[in-house]
Amino acid sequence: MSEEEYNPKILGFLCNWCCYAAADAAGVSRYQYPPNLRTIRVMCTGRIDPSFVLRGFVEGAAGIFTGG
Amino acid sequence: MVEAGRSPNIEILTNSDLLSIKGKPGSFKAKIVQRPRYIIAEDCTACGLCTTYCPRHQEDEYNENLNITRPIHIDYPQAVPATYYIDPRSCLSLTHDTCQICVPVCQSKAIDFSQKPEEKTLEVGAVIMSPGFGRISEETLAKYSYGKHADVVTSIEFERLLNPSGPFAGEVRCLSDNRHPHKIAFIQCVGSRDIGCGNGYCSSVCCMYAIKEAMVAKEHDPEAEITVYYMDIRTQGKDFDAAQKRALDKGIKFVRAKVADVMPWGDHLRLTYSTLDGNHSFKPYDMVVLSVGLESPPDAQKLADMGGFKLNKYDFCATDTFTPLATSKDGILVAGAFNGPMDIPESVTQSSGAAGIASGLIKKQRGKSLIHKTYPDEKKMGDEVRIGVFVCHCGINIGSVVDVPDVSTYAGDMEGVVYYTESMYSCSQDAQEVLKDKIKEHDLNRVVIAACSPRTHEPLFQETLKDAGLNRSLFEMVNIRDQCSWVHATEPDAATDKSKDLVRMAVAKARHIQPLPEQTVPVNKTGIVVGGGIAGMTAALNLADQGFNCSLIEKQDSLGGNYKKLVHTKKLIDQVKKHKLVSVYTNSGLQQTSGFVGNFSSIISSGKGTKAKEVTLDHGVIIIATGANEHRPETVLGNTIKYSKNIVTQSELAEQLEGKGKSRAPKSVVMIQCAGSRGDDLNYCSKTCCTTAVENALTIKKINPDSQVIMLYRDIRTYGYAEDLYQEAREKGVLFIPYEMDNKPSIAEKGSKLTVSFFDPILQDDITMNPQMVALSVGMVPEETDTLSKLLKVPVTADKFFMEAHVKLRPVELPVDGVYVCGLAHSPKPVNEIIAQAQAASAKAAMPLVKGYVTVDPIVSNVDKETCIGCKLCTSLCPYQAIRMVKDENNRPKAETIVASCKACGICASHCPTFAISMGGFTNQQINSQIEAFGRDIKEKETETA
Repeated sequence: MSEEEYNPKILGFLCNWCCYAAADAAGVSRYQYPPNLRTIRVMCTGRIDPSFVLRGFVEGAAGIFTGG
Repeated sequence: MVEAGRSPNIEILTNSDLLSIKGKPGSFKAKIVQRPRYIIAEDCTACGLCTTYCPRHQEDEYNENLNITRPIHIDYPQAVPATYYIDPRSCLSLTHDTCQICVPVCQSKAIDFSQKPEEKTLEVGAVIMSPGFGRISEETLAKYSYGKHADVVTSIEFERLLNPSGPFAGEVRCLSDNRHPHKIAFIQCVGSRDIGCGNGYCSSVCCMYAIKEAMVAKEHDPEAEITVYYMDIRTQGKDFDAAQKRALDKGIKFVRAKVADVMPWGDHLRLTYSTLDGNHSFKPYDMVVLSVGLESPPDAQKLADMGGFKLNKYDFCATDTFTPLATSKDGILVAGAFNGPMDIPESVTQSSGAAGIASGLIKKQRGKSLIHKTYPDEKKMGDEVRIGVFVCHCGINIGSVVDVPDVSTYAGDMEGVVYYTESMYSCSQDAQEVLKDKIKEHDLNRVVIAACSPRTHEPLFQETLKDAGLNRSLFEMVNIRDQCSWVHATEPDAATDKSKDLVRMAVAKARHIQPLPEQTVPVNKTGIVVGGGIAGMTAALNLADQGFNCSLIEKQDSLGGNYKKLVHTKKLIDQVKKHKLVSVYTNSGLQQTSGFVGNFSSIISSGKGTKAKEVTLDHGVIIIATGANEHRPETVLGNTIKYSKNIVTQSELAEQLEGKGKSRAPKSVVMIQCAGSRGDDLNYCSKTCCTTAVENALTIKKINPDSQVIMLYRDIRTYGYAEDLYQEAREKGVLFIPYEMDNKPSIAEKGSKLTVSFFDPILQDDITMNPQMVALSVGMVPEETDTLSKLLKVPVTADKFFMEAHVKLRPVELPVDGVYVCGLAHSPKPVNEIIAQAQAASAKAAMPLVKGYVTVDPIVSNVDKETCIGCKLCTSLCPYQAIRMVKDENNRPKAETIVASCKACGICASHCPTFAISMGGFTNQQINSQIEAFGRDIKEKETETA
């Protein structure tokens, strides 16, 4: 598989107060980043049950991103 | 606007003129006349059928007359009230008594030509004047061929051209022949800083809006060549310099020059300009944008006569530095551009402040004739999941990148989705009506909106849900703007795919959403203010004047802060000390704060050593006014600085000038602006240094007219009326010489001899001189914001100033509910702005105190007592002490959430070994279904390839 074709889907868990806010701020500033991330907003990364991460991989995520 | 339109306690009278105001604070009588709309507002559904049938054309004033509308129209779909209007100047029925085609066309029979002007008398306790600003005369604009050539436009017209609801649906086109302009010039200071047209002042906002318009134009067409011709770039506002840097990075050119004229030149325009070196040049442009200033409103004099208050020499409302929101007439306040040219954050700040002062004036009446909003009963939820999906274009913000119709249709195929649609602006008032109607029409019991961020817009949609009889929790938002279209602007396909995935995940979650009960918590009706400078004292007094107990905490041994010496400060200190509702804690600091809006508890530590003591205060709100200090950089523009009596800061110079005797004014002085600011050491502009320096220069010239004063600057930022001082300083012989960052002035000191060398762009030569003194215009640095930021869990900017919840819409609120900011802790600013901001912060802080309760988000944790085994893991983990152990009827220990303290973080839920804790709105089932929906697309693709 060549590098161009590699198009992984990454699942992200974003804390509402910091990382989700930062992702919004990135938008406001029009920062451009690769469109591979799909996010789930949580009120705190403390909400992330380890099983969520495992389930993410089971469902086919190439990586899990937690931002908090 | 939508919020104001919705409040049952705000009566909006459009189409109305003020006829007279009589009375005194607490009891004014205002006579107004409401002109007929010829449409019954309550009956109009804003369907727009009338406009399509109306035979008459007229210019569309909302779009700056750049396109055509009909006499019966609505300015724009989001207008408040969302009702059509007939322009009596052009309607055939009203001008010639014919036509009336619209009457039978209107299905809801809302058109009424018999309406007459209606006079009303309002009894009010206070009046706030906010008529906005007027326009620069066409005569002034004609100098630049405005009116002679269609492609010379004002910045206001250009804004409409950029706008998706504008004349070319968001495309920038030349008005002469509809081509896309490739070369665009902006000319700054049109109708501002121009004694010729009578406007000596600087309009303060034009540099920043020109930068914004230039950047948006560049987004429309990355190939466009854009040049801004300016005298000084005045981006003195918070983080504004960073915006100019982004513009430079995008390739927008800035040329310091005076534009002599703009003339038609074949199909193009020829712009002639002269630069500082005395050269004249000309360049061809497709389009020239005139950055027009803000003029006083046309009816300023009439308003002033009616209200009995004074105007200043530029016909704006006259105010005093220390009472920036009060007109010269008691009980009549002023906010916004009528108070002098200002931008949106400052206008919003001023209006909050004015509302707060007005609220103080009518506090005896508080609560009377208040209308409490009622909502329809929540409808019973059937078992069937009926989801409605609404995908927003957000003008071109989303629609220009993401294929919105595709995303919307995609959502339509999902399980449980019974209705799907797209909308231009889903947050507009008309869209709220559509949302309500669709909820009823399709019996929706879950709503998914794919638009912007839930952090900003969730409350608005949830309010609409409540209006439609749905529990507000039955809602999920998908962020396809801030986190999709804006950040994947060049990858429309990938952005559309991402939007689809996110919508699929949200719909999956929505299937499992259940209604959650509303909860309210009472508020402790007191406040604390941290910082006893001008800002803190003003805020504390304001809060106390509104009838609330307030504790003022000051680090030093006395109140006053940076401006201790001002007479006004001394007066404030006196008032604070005398006010029964203000308690002052000097030598004190905030040690610890816990709790949440309405119910904070803080430990204040006072004194040191053996005298140290601590008190605990319970309070409802916190206002931060911790201020800033003078920055004393050790290196200025690459020169090592040793401060002495010859090398001083502007504040030291000001102090010296206060003394007596002619010798207190230096015989020769070189002032260096931006010493340690704007990228030299600090990254930002401190906003006040230019004006302070010019004031000092004028004082020197007053004491000794023979003194030589030279000011080396990058951009002189004497914005607003301070421009008059700059003008005066030049008249008095102060020399202003600009320097560039790639050719900085040098400062050397040998013994007591000072040598300053710099490049003079007019002489085009290096100059060396030996002034008696060098005065450095140093900036200011915020005071210990780091500590407070951690203590209160509120963010600071990269420059360490507190970061407000929303720059424009919530300029004095911090992201943590119940915590407000004002003064220099927010950003550098002069005294009048500090006071207005303090008044705004206290007005906002008074809101929960007046209300008496706060509503807790229903997303808090909830323990299922059946499943709980009483292991106490959650109580030990909870960072907010929001879970306690109670005994059940069988005397077994069970966990219980204290809802008011719970921040909904979910740490308890993710650690509970028996899954007994569920988070409202973020249940395991909901998150798991989101994860499954995330994987569905990947699995489908794998099956396809396999």
